[in-house]
Amino acid sequence: MFWDWNYVWEITPALLRASLVTIQATLLGFALAATLGLVLAIMRMSRTSWISVPTAGFVEFIRSTPVLIQIFFIFFVFPEFGIVLPAMTAGVIALGLHYGSYCSEVYRAGLENVPRGQWEAATALNLSPYITFRDIIIPQAIPPVVPALGNYLVALFKETPLLSAIAVLELMQTAKILGSQSFRYVEPITLVGGFFLVMSLVAAAFIRQVEAWLNRSLRNPGGER
Amino acid sequence: MTTPMVKFENVTKRYGALTVLDSLNLEIAPDEKVAIIGPSGSGKTTVLRMLMTLERINDGIIYVDGEPLTHMPKNGRLVPADERYLRRVRGKIGMVFQHFNLFPHMSALRNCMEAPIHVLGLSRQEAEQRAAELLDMVGLSDKKHQYPSQLSGGQQQRVAIARALAMRPKVMLFDEVTSALDPELVGEVLNVIRKLGKEHNLTMLMVTHQMGFAKEFADRVCFFYGGQIVESGRPEEIFSAPKEERTRQFLSAVLEAS
Repeated sequence: MFWDWNYVWEITPALLRASLVTIQATLLGFALAATLGLVLAIMRMSRTSWISVPTAGFVEFIRSTPVLIQIFFIFFVFPEFGIVLPAMTAGVIALGLHYGSYCSEVYRAGLENVPRGQWEAATALNLSPYITFRDIIIPQAIPPVVPALGNYLVALFKETPLLSAIAVLELMQTAKILGSQSFRYVEPITLVGGFFLVMSLVAAAFIRQVEAWLNRSLRNPGGER
Repeated sequence: MTTPMVKFENVTKRYGALTVLDSLNLEIAPDEKVAIIGPSGSGKTTVLRMLMTLERINDGIIYVDGEPLTHMPKNGRLVPADERYLRRVRGKIGMVFQHFNLFPHMSALRNCMEAPIHVLGLSRQEAEQRAAELLDMVGLSDKKHQYPSQLSGGQQQRVAIARALAMRPKVMLFDEVTSALDPELVGEVLNVIRKLGKEHNLTMLMVTHQMGFAKEFADRVCFFYGGQIVESGRPEEIFSAPKEERTRQFLSAVLEAS
């Protein structure tokens, strides 16, 4: 038989447990990416060239090399320098770094779109650089780029199977193990594909909701006139 | 003689090869109201922007309230001011911009509270009370919970004036504050400035195209042309009997247009 429902029920609990690992890797990786991206974007905009130039170089370097190589590097090469990380940690750091550098470009676009007059008003009011970023610039820079950040969240989610390369027991790795035990790959791989499809669609719908909400509140902050 | 509130000493500003201000010397007394007029590109807005430290100067020194603004004393010499020094002295100056530059994600009240809380260290209650008083003074006590996008241009500019005043500056700079407004909204903003002039001991420096207002409000009018003050004096002198040919040409062109 091409498709065995009994086998599907048998492997579903293991796959569901593994899906939690996938979601965990996604959320942790994206939290790192979103934070690191903002820091990198602000550093890249610095007027001090010994901060901005190396940051730009770092971002370009990370974006121009495959994430799989970065995962391998952190997991297999870092121990040579005495940094031994569990597979999950190494994977989350690699995904966070890689997508953080992409997110930094998104943030940079958002930050650069805040009108110069906002910076000047902040200077005229003598606000410190920290308060200017926290209260004036970032609240205006981020809402317009939420959709772009959301796209990277979905992209990062779909890249988590790469962590199977360093034996993180996420969905893909679990499916491979199940398949190698029973010599049936159709069901586990199909279920994993279906899971990614459903979760991606859910995430995309959620991002659209957030986007619509942001558009409404940006166009008319404070509600009805 | 009292110490001038603002003093430009041989101040030069260049953008690349273009000299915008050429060795400017200007003294403004405490409480004096000075109107700066002149054709666009004459460097008049640059004067305000340098005073607000939005532009660095290339040469000379600016003093505010007897203290250097662009420079700081160090080992008995004056060296270009660093950010920390600027943050201390710049608090004496407030600025209102042509395009308001209100923070769009904050209510009118919050716009006027942000800097008093974070820069002056006021408590929320104190800052809110002061902001409410100032919004009341500019005639917007019923609009304090509105956001900038819900206000007319004239109302936004009045919030911007209240926001600058909340920092208790000694010098207020007005950069073409009515130029972006519909004609029917100009009056309400000018009325607020008039009231400020009467009720507060503020040194005011305004770049304006409202010749009627300059004539009535200012103690002194400075005519800028080509990065220099070509002529300055009491408004009645400048407007009725200008000595310089450039001033005459400019005034007749402006009066013809209006």
